[in-house]
Amino acid sequence: MIWLASIILLSALAGLWRMTHASTIADRLLGLQMLSTTGIAFLLLLAHWQNNAIWRDVALVLALLAAVITVALVQMLRRRT
Amino acid sequence: MISTIALFAGWTFMLAGCVFFMTAALGLLRFPDLYSRLHAVTKADTLGLGLLALGLVLLDPTWRSALLLMLVWILVMASGAVNCQLLARFNLEQHPAPAGTDPGTDPAPDPAPDPAPDPALNHNADQGDTSGVS
Repeated sequence: MIWLASIILLSALAGLWRMTHASTIADRLLGLQMLSTTGIAFLLLLAHWQNNAIWRDVALVLALLAAVITVALVQMLRRRT
Repeated sequence: MISTIALFAGWTFMLAGCVFFMTAALGLLRFPDLYSRLHAVTKADTLGLGLLALGLVLLDPTWRSALLLMLVWILVMASGAVNCQLLARFNLEQHPAPAGTDPGTDPAPDPAPDPAPDPALNHNADQGDTSGVS
């Protein structure tokens, strides 16, 4: 279980690196989406690992927020330019 | 017996999901263009999370957790599809030239096929020329 969690955290690190070392803003948003998806996967894994069902609800809230955040940011950027 | 098979299948699905996450991270780091990166991340990420959720359902078969995991997976699928189209369209609006959005998209495949037919053509032309002259 710890190996799967570390693989997922390494993927999250790749998304974070793409967020910081990006040339365009769409690249940063893509890194943010990668980070949110790996965060959801890690929380689901943690719920089974720690045998605590509250992490599943946390993952559901994170999935709801991640579904909205890119749409909201792109709308804001499009309105500003 | 059944629980052993479910345990084995669950761990296999979770391992496959982690392999897909690793593939998405590799594509995110190594692909040269934003559009190829979008293609890699949104599809491989969604499939990886789906396989991981399926493995977790097989490991812990209660109705509540299965319903929650399916809800999370549907949300991630919808947001992945919407975000891919939205980011590609937004980037196309910001940088209207599709070939010049990012460095690294040089016409590298073009010189490779060119030299291969060229010597054969020259050789044939030389042969034809020499035979014609002589």
